[in-house]
Amino acid sequence: MLGSQPQTGGGKNAAAASTGRPVLSVRDLSVTFRTEEGSVSAVDSVSFDVEAGEVLAVVGESGCGKSVTAMSLGGLLPRSATVTGSVLLEGTELVGASDRQLRGIRGDDLAYIFQEPMTSLNPVFTVGRQIVEVLRLHQGVSARAAKSRAVELLTLVGIPSPARRVDEYPHQLSGGMRQRVMIAMALACGPKVLIADEPTTALDVTVQAAILDLLRDLGKRLGTAIVLITHDLGVVADIADRVVVMYAGRIVETAPTQELFDAPQHHYTTGLLGAVPTAGRRASDGRLQEIPGLVPVLTVQPDACTFAERCPAASDRCRTSRPPLAPEENPGRTVHRFACWHPAGSEEDR
Amino acid sequence: MRSYLLSRLWQSAVTLVLATIVVFLGVRALPGDPALAFAGEERDPASLAAIRAKYGFDDSLLLQYWRFVSKSLTGDLGRSTRTNIPVTDMLASALPVTIELSALALGVAIVIGVGAGVVAAVRRGRPAEWAANALALLGLSIPNFWLGLMAILYLSVATGLFPASGFVSFFEDPISNLHHLVLPAVVLGTGLAAVVMRQTRSSMLEALGADYIRTARAKGLGPQTVIGVHALRNSLVVVVTILGLQLGGLISGAVVTERIFGLPGFGKMTLDAVFQRDYPVIQGVVLVTATAYIVINFLVDLTYSLIDPRIRLAGVPS
Ligand SMILES: Nc1ncnc2c1ncn2[C@@H]1O[C@H](COP(=O)(O)OP(=O)(O)OP(=O)(O)O)[C@@H](O)[C@H]1O
Ligand code: SF4
Ligand SMILES: [Mg+2]
Repeated sequence: MLGSQPQTGGGKNAAAASTGRPVLSVRDLSVTFRTEEGSVSAVDSVSFDVEAGEVLAVVGESGCGKSVTAMSLGGLLPRSATVTGSVLLEGTELVGASDRQLRGIRGDDLAYIFQEPMTSLNPVFTVGRQIVEVLRLHQGVSARAAKSRAVELLTLVGIPSPARRVDEYPHQLSGGMRQRVMIAMALACGPKVLIADEPTTALDVTVQAAILDLLRDLGKRLGTAIVLITHDLGVVADIADRVVVMYAGRIVETAPTQELFDAPQHHYTTGLLGAVPTAGRRASDGRLQEIPGLVPVLTVQPDACTFAERCPAASDRCRTSRPPLAPEENPGRTVHRFACWHPAGSEEDR
Repeated sequence: MRSYLLSRLWQSAVTLVLATIVVFLGVRALPGDPALAFAGEERDPASLAAIRAKYGFDDSLLLQYWRFVSKSLTGDLGRSTRTNIPVTDMLASALPVTIELSALALGVAIVIGVGAGVVAAVRRGRPAEWAANALALLGLSIPNFWLGLMAILYLSVATGLFPASGFVSFFEDPISNLHHLVLPAVVLGTGLAAVVMRQTRSSMLEALGADYIRTARAKGLGPQTVIGVHALRNSLVVVVTILGLQLGGLISGAVVTERIFGLPGFGKMTLDAVFQRDYPVIQGVVLVTATAYIVINFLVDLTYSLIDPRIRLAGVPS
């Protein structure tokens, strides 16, 4: 199984991009929703750092809390959500910040790209106007300057004949082109952090690769940290420097990409990797394997491993005691941490 | 855009021709021999025959239709059989009253309806939404005539704030003209305002949940821009459709409202003609109404295409 992992493009970039100082630092982030059926714990004590120019992938099955984590960073969750913990963007605390302060940061230092390029752009405005809007909002430039900057941005993201495209409406562009427009809009103000929530999931396989290349390229060139949310391990292998694996609202494992593919420790991770196809096949073929069972929806976080129900190695200890996300210091390697009482690689590795 | 407009224009023209045929045949299908109606108390076969000959009722339908169309095109819609006044002249004095009343009522409906609809959507689940919904329900369930009578009782008779009836031309005295039309316009616009409010509310709720709204918020835009620009512009497409569909109701509502407030408009003219079976007047009235519907529909389509680029550019309503 381990012999069949794909080529990881991200591993080698990690050292080059690493500056050692995180631009985004998330600590003990928890999100609870009040619903009519009671409260739902969607994210539980999540912590991670992202450095400038780095691509951090967040993976996990549907319902693991990836999007909720992403939205909570910029204060985009509905009022029914309670967010606790800390999110530091270049030293500025975002949890509990005022709406006004968050609006000043969103689209400027912290930008988003979403899954659905078909519906994420407003159908009644030209793409140019939608890019101009964000430039004028945060940079206070003139309409004319913003327009020519919009054309530059469209050029940057590889849209052909940008001077004409800038005046077109979203429905006149293909899905891939729209996602490029979204990227142009997100990068317009030179964000420190770009959060991309499944940016290629809705696109054709051939287009996916091009969009991912573009994202990685621009991230490295502009020094933008990218938090890439995906459930496609092929995507992770392609562009991520580091990976965070989430399950039922918790981080269960985190490691540099190559390391994670080489020596996964949490049984959820090994389950996911079991599905990864051989090198050469990727993208839509690389969807997470069906691990038997479902992601639980939790009201309270139990003192147990939330994966125990589905884990082949589960013991009584797993069901009665929560495994901490323990650091495994590995000289010469970036930190690899996992929350498991009986790690998968324990016999062979140590 | 141009081909879209041309095709809509062509459709409108065809509809208009069909409308003239329906008007022509419809009036001739009215109960009673038209010649009898024209003759009043007269039952003498000779004079009936004379009337038939004068109005050409004995000619073939095709010939009659041709005469009807060619005369209509030159603005000759015949004369009232009661007053002998040319129908065109009657329309010329009645129509402006009704058009002004309807336009004002439409304005009232849009301002109140869209405003309350947006508030209800944005303040979902709070007292403001509750109040807006209750008002809409009231607006829908209170009949025009009752609202009109109450308005007259309380706002004209009791307090003298507004005139209870009558009309002054805008060109004679604009202030007095508006003073006379405020109550009728509000009364006529209330029902439509309620419909517009409900439609605005539901399409705003839909728009507010759309992905592009999330994008707008992620860009850092404030609530005014997110709601007032991004969501509202999209909601208006549906609201315009509803307005177009409801304008017919506005015209028939105008008939009642004009009656209550004693306005010398199209509604009064229509009622009088129907009761007196004033043949040429009925024909003129129906022809004008049909034309109005067709023109309004065309304008609604035009407005769509201005609001929604997908229609403007592709030529297909989504
Ligand atoms: N507004 C909300 N109210 C209540 N519960 C919510 C809300 N939004 C999300 N949740 C819950 O939070 C959990 C995590 O959802 P989230 O959207 O983050 O999953 P995800 O990992 O992004 O999945 P996917 O891959 O399907 O996008 C789910 O159980 C979901 O039901
Ligand atoms: S802690 Fe236990 S249940 Fe959880 S993954 Fe590890 S072995 Fe499985
Ligand atoms: Mg998601």
